[in-house]
Amino acid sequence: MLRFLVRRLLGVAAILLVVSLITFYLFFAASGADSVVRLSCGKNCTPEMRETVRQNLGLAKPLLEQYWIFVSGIFTGRNIGEQTCNFPCLGYSFANNQNVSHTVADRFPTTVSLAIGAVVLFMTLGIGLGVLAAMRRGKKTDKVATGFALLSGSAPIYVLGPVFIYIFVQQLGWMDRPQYHQFTDDPLLWASGLLLPWICLMTIHMAMYVRLTRSTMVDVLSEDYVRTLKAKGLSGRSVYIKHAFRGALSPIVTVLGVDIGVLMSGTIITESTFSLHGIGMLAVTSVTDSDLPMMMGVVVIAATFTMIANLVVDMLYVVIDPRVRLS
Amino acid sequence: MAASTETTAEQPTGKGKGKGAPEPLGRHAGAAEGGSDAFLSVRDLRVHFSTDDGVVKAVDGLSFDVEKGRTLGIVGESGSGKSVSSLTILGLHNREKTKIEGEIRFDGNELVKMPERKLRDLRGRRISMIFQDPLTALSPFYTVGEQIAESYRRHMGANRHDAHARAIEMLDRVGIPNPKTRVNDYPHHFSGGMRQRAMIAMSLVCDPDLLIADEPTTALDVTVQAQILDLLRDLQDEFGTAILFITHDLGVIASMAHDVLVMYAGRSVEKGTVREVLKNPRHPYTWGLLSSMPNLSGDVDIPLRPVRGTPPSLLAPPSGCPFHPRCDYVDVVGGDSCSTERPALTLAEGRGAACHLTAEDKQRIFIDDVRPLLG
Repeated sequence: MLRFLVRRLLGVAAILLVVSLITFYLFFAASGADSVVRLSCGKNCTPEMRETVRQNLGLAKPLLEQYWIFVSGIFTGRNIGEQTCNFPCLGYSFANNQNVSHTVADRFPTTVSLAIGAVVLFMTLGIGLGVLAAMRRGKKTDKVATGFALLSGSAPIYVLGPVFIYIFVQQLGWMDRPQYHQFTDDPLLWASGLLLPWICLMTIHMAMYVRLTRSTMVDVLSEDYVRTLKAKGLSGRSVYIKHAFRGALSPIVTVLGVDIGVLMSGTIITESTFSLHGIGMLAVTSVTDSDLPMMMGVVVIAATFTMIANLVVDMLYVVIDPRVRLS
Repeated sequence: MAASTETTAEQPTGKGKGKGAPEPLGRHAGAAEGGSDAFLSVRDLRVHFSTDDGVVKAVDGLSFDVEKGRTLGIVGESGSGKSVSSLTILGLHNREKTKIEGEIRFDGNELVKMPERKLRDLRGRRISMIFQDPLTALSPFYTVGEQIAESYRRHMGANRHDAHARAIEMLDRVGIPNPKTRVNDYPHHFSGGMRQRAMIAMSLVCDPDLLIADEPTTALDVTVQAQILDLLRDLQDEFGTAILFITHDLGVIASMAHDVLVMYAGRSVEKGTVREVLKNPRHPYTWGLLSSMPNLSGDVDIPLRPVRGTPPSLLAPPSGCPFHPRCDYVDVVGGDSCSTERPALTLAEGRGAACHLTAEDKQRIFIDDVRPLLG
C-alpha cells in the first residue's frame, strides 16, 4: 500500500513536470521573448517598464534555466524583481500586479464550493435515477428516468444558466443572482448563492451517471451470482442495492474521478455564465489578458487536481473490489 | 394416446428394497420413511419461453416425485430441460417471458401459482440450490462468511454475531480447514472445490428440506468431484435432506442418486431406481447414453458409441416420440406410431420407459445389442 502510494506520487510528480515543461515551452519560448514581454507587461507599457519585466521574468537566461527557476521557485519561493514570492510560488502576474499563488488561492474556494455542491447533487440524483431505472428496466419508470437524463444532458449550460436566472431571479424573484459567499460566514447564504450553478452543473453531469449506473447494474444483474442471491431468498432491495449496486460502483467511481478533476480545474462555462470568480474564470481572463504567468499557474493547478483525483480513484478500487490489488 | 396417462401416481419406493444384500450401484434409502405423499411432486409441468423465433418448449409435460431423505437424479443432454425444471421449482425463471403450466407441490404448497413474496420465504430456507460454477455463483464483493451469514440472517432473524458464528460452524461442517479465518476470505481466495463447499454450506445454512443441485460437480476436477459427492451424501444422511440432483454424468448419478429420471427434449423418457435404470435400461435413449459412456472396468477396445444425430430443436420438437429421428429401433416397432404417437410413460412401481417397443423387444434388444457394448 505504502509502496504503491510512493510510486504513484512519484509518477504524479513526473507527469506534472512534463505538463509544466510543455506549457512553459508553449507559453514562454514558442511565442518569443519580445512578445512575452509585451504580453506580460500589459497595455500601457513604457520601454522602461518593458525592460523591468524582461529582467524580472529572467528572459535573458537560457530556456532550461528559466524553467528550473520556475519549478524550484514553486518549492523554495523566489524574488521576482522587487516582489518576494514565497512558497508555493507559481510566478507573478505583471499584467494584474498579482502574485499568482495568491490569486489562485483566492479563487479556489469558489471552485471547490461549486464542485462539492454539484458532485453531491448529480451523484445523488444521477445514481438514484440510474438504480431506479435498473430496478424497473423496460418499464415506464425506466423510460422516464433515462429519457429525463438524456434531455437534461443535452441542454447546454450557457442556455440553461440564463434561462434559470431569467425564471428564478428575474421573474419569480425567489433568489438573488448567484454569488459566492464564504461557507464559514454563513452556510445557508453559501448554499443559496450557489444553488443555481449547482443545478446547472448537476443537469449536464447527471445524464452520464443515470446511464452508467443503469447499464452497469443491468450487466451485474445478469451475472450468475445474482441468481444465487435470489435462490437464497433475499429481498429485491438486498439484491439490487447491497449486491448489484456494489458491482456497479467501480465504473461510477472511475467517471467520478475524472469529473472531480475537471470540476476542480474550474468550470469555465458555468463560472462565466453566472459571473462567479473561480479558477475557470481566472483561466478565461488570463487567456484574454494574455497573462502568461497566470495561465501557467492555472494549468499546473488543474493538472495537479486531475491527477490527485485519479490517484484517489485508484486507491478506492481496492476498497470497492476485493479482487483488486495495488501493485 | 392421451398425454394424461403419463401422469402416474407414484408410491413411496421404500418398501422391499435396500435392506437386503449390498448393492453395487446406487444408494440405500437412508430416511425413506416419509409420509404417503411425495415431498416434492411435479405434475405435467410445461415451461414455454417466448423468443423472437417462436415458442421454446423447454419442459413439455414432466412429472416426478422426490421423497424425503432421498436423491432423485435427473440425467439428460444439454438442452433437455433439466436445469429449466429446477429453476422453475424455485420460481427463478424469467416470469415475463415464461409460461408455466402444471403443478409443483412442495410439502403441501403449490409453488407454480405462489406469489413471489411467499416464494422468497421458501427459497434458501426450505428449498435451496447449488449451481454448476462455484466461482461465478458467489459474489466477488463479499466475504464467503458474509454470503453464508446473509442467508441465515434473512430467514432465521439471527443477529450479525450469531449468523457469523453459524457461518463458521457451516464452513467447518463442509470441511473447510481453519473456518475461523477462512470465513473472512473472499471467494477468489478459495480453490474451486472449496468454493463449492462454501456454496454447499451456504445452501444448507438454514437446514433446508430440499436441496436442488444443478450440475454441482461439472466444473470441478475428478478428485474434487468425488469429495463433493461424498460430502453431499454425508450431509444427506445427517440431515435427511431430499436432493434433486441434476447432471449429464451417469457416473455421478450411479454414485449419488437413489432414483433416476432420464430427460429428453423436455420430457421424461425413463424412470426408476438407479440400479434398474443403469443395469436394465428400457429406453433406446438411455441405451445410447450408457453406450456412449467410457467404462474403465470393461474392455478398453469396445468403441464408444455416441447417440447419432443432434438434440432436437425445442422450437419445433419432432412429432410423436421426440427421440424417433435418432432412434435405431423405429423399424422394430413398425408402422408409423413412433413418428405420430407420443409414447406415454407408464409407471409400475415407479419404473417405466416412454417407448413404443414391446417389453419383449426391449428385453431382446438390450441383451443382444446393448449389453455387449457396456462391457
